[in-house]
Amino acid sequence: MKLRTAVAVAMAASIATFTTSANAADISGAGATFPYPIYAKWADAYKKETGIGLNYQSIGSGGGIKQIQAKTVTFGASDMPLQAADLEKYGLVQFPTVLGGDVPVANLDGVKAGELHLDGKTLGKIFLGDIKRWDDAAIKKLNPQVMLPAQPIVVVHRSDGSGTTFIWTDYLSKVSPDWKAKVGASTAVEWPVGVGAKGNAGIAQNVMNTKGAIGYVEYAYAKQNSMMTIDMVNHDGKTVAPSAAAFAAAAAGADWIGTPGFSVILTDQPGAEAWPIAGATFILMHKQPRDPALAAEALKFFAWAYAKGGTMAADLDYVPMPAAVAAAVEAMWSRDIRDSSGKPLYAPSK
Amino acid sequence: MLAMASSLPVARPALGPAFRHWRAFDCGFRLVTLTATVAVLVLLVGIMIALIKGAAPAFAAFGPHFLVDSSWNPVIEKFGALAPIYGTAVTSFIAMLIAAPLGLGIAMFLTEICPTRLRRPISIAIELLAGIPSIIYGMWGLFVLAPVLQNTVQPVLIGLFARVPGLSALLAGPPYGIGVLTAGLILAIMVLPLITSVACDVFATAPAVLKEAAYGVGATTWEVFRHVVLPYARVGVIGAMMLATGRALGETMAVTFVVGNAHRISGSLLAPGTTISATIANEFTEAVGERYGAALMALALILFAITFVVLAAARLLLLHAGQQTGQRP
Repeated sequence: MKLRTAVAVAMAASIATFTTSANAADISGAGATFPYPIYAKWADAYKKETGIGLNYQSIGSGGGIKQIQAKTVTFGASDMPLQAADLEKYGLVQFPTVLGGDVPVANLDGVKAGELHLDGKTLGKIFLGDIKRWDDAAIKKLNPQVMLPAQPIVVVHRSDGSGTTFIWTDYLSKVSPDWKAKVGASTAVEWPVGVGAKGNAGIAQNVMNTKGAIGYVEYAYAKQNSMMTIDMVNHDGKTVAPSAAAFAAAAAGADWIGTPGFSVILTDQPGAEAWPIAGATFILMHKQPRDPALAAEALKFFAWAYAKGGTMAADLDYVPMPAAVAAAVEAMWSRDIRDSSGKPLYAPSK
Repeated sequence: MLAMASSLPVARPALGPAFRHWRAFDCGFRLVTLTATVAVLVLLVGIMIALIKGAAPAFAAFGPHFLVDSSWNPVIEKFGALAPIYGTAVTSFIAMLIAAPLGLGIAMFLTEICPTRLRRPISIAIELLAGIPSIIYGMWGLFVLAPVLQNTVQPVLIGLFARVPGLSALLAGPPYGIGVLTAGLILAIMVLPLITSVACDVFATAPAVLKEAAYGVGATTWEVFRHVVLPYARVGVIGAMMLATGRALGETMAVTFVVGNAHRISGSLLAPGTTISATIANEFTEAVGERYGAALMALALILFAITFVVLAAARLLLLHAGQQTGQRP
């Protein structure tokens, strides 16, 4: 009896090993949760087309950076771009895949999406706790036509470290000197006020549950949950509503090609149509990968995604990269990513 | 331990050849069980070493100040453990404040007062509470309990005690729904079955003959409980409390949902706070940089130490309780 159990266990173990080794040929990646839906969708479509699978673990940007440094994955993914010096230090290259935006959302009785608008300074004061009530003079002055409830403001922020938070706090640092001095920008910060909720879904849930709440989520979450979004006054002083076109407008004026590691942060960008709180999500790979064959497959996958993944991205409310940026990224691949003999791993299709 | 195990077969009488392979089998069996036990101990020590090693950079950077500093700033990499330690202590304290009398009451009812027919269904129902995964408590807390607290209970509490000195600060608004008090309430429900089942077991150790004698001389149920059952069970009850505290201290998922996850020490119980385990669960995946990761490791080490001490004390007391009742006639 016991022997039989032992045999069964051994068989189960060998089956497990077998399936793992079958998956070993797949491209593996780990990192940011924000682009997970689109990477999963691309991977699915790519597998149907080419038979090559991609296994992406959405463990968070911090985890993605650690995993790629430890060389346990083919690529890492991060919402917060690494600085050129760090890329150099770890022998990594970095490139953007899709764009998205952070959207302020609120829960106010009698106020609908798009009716309320704020500027960066006021938003900063709310998140610093300097403005405590919705009927504060500063909010009233911006929105004279809106009936603002005499309610305390409940700030909801992310409790986990997040690229979404990085984009949000980077924006607040740019528009509010107070925020820059007291809090700063990072994937996690010391929040002066408010409650923390885990993930975009947690913030969405908390804001929808709490009267008088204000929070920030990825655009897709606000859209899918039909939340009350707040319009923003952008760098040019124009009031814009969050939309894919407004995120694209923010990306249009950026100097992608001239910035080392493409590490452009798309907050407070000039342009009349530009949404001020946008950002790209990035992929990290080794310049000289441990497994060149897999790295080459990964590059093929991303080239395919640039060429054919745009519609799928738009379906999920991400903004695809402009073609010129994609071309520059591919040129960088063939220049910088090489195997141990110095042979480039990627040849542009043209 | 090894010497003891190998000496045992020798002490046995010699057996016929037919039994010899069974003896060999038995010997192998002992070895396997011993290995399993040693493996767990090795694992425990391994975890401890890994935690100490991981936490070392944080203690090197912040020193003992880490324990009393309430700031938690990933931007400038300045970390202190006071806010999570405070949150852990306060949520567990609220939980025990509610669950201890409730659990003891239930145990008392089940062992002394409840009709025998109802005893099993009720105790099974309470033990089922213990089987619910903690994430479900968390979701229930966030989706059901928090809105009720926010819209109904907390405004009443805030209004009621607004003029009472002391309590007004303890129950100061605005009503968030989630916060330290909500986490304490959820924890209370979670540790309730643990207290009840251990308390039932220790109450049952009181000899029936003594209870009958007490009833015989005209004692009321309360008097029998107070003067006969409780003296027998005192140490065991304290042990049960400490076991429950240990569980409340380490509970992660449910607390993360409802505690508010804000690194602040606030005078109000309605305000959001954080606990050690919630902080780790929230921030570990995205903790970039050596100090940040080390600070979380240091938090883990602190929690490990606190829980270890509480649980060890509980086990000791329970062991003591068992011996005591064993020695009595």
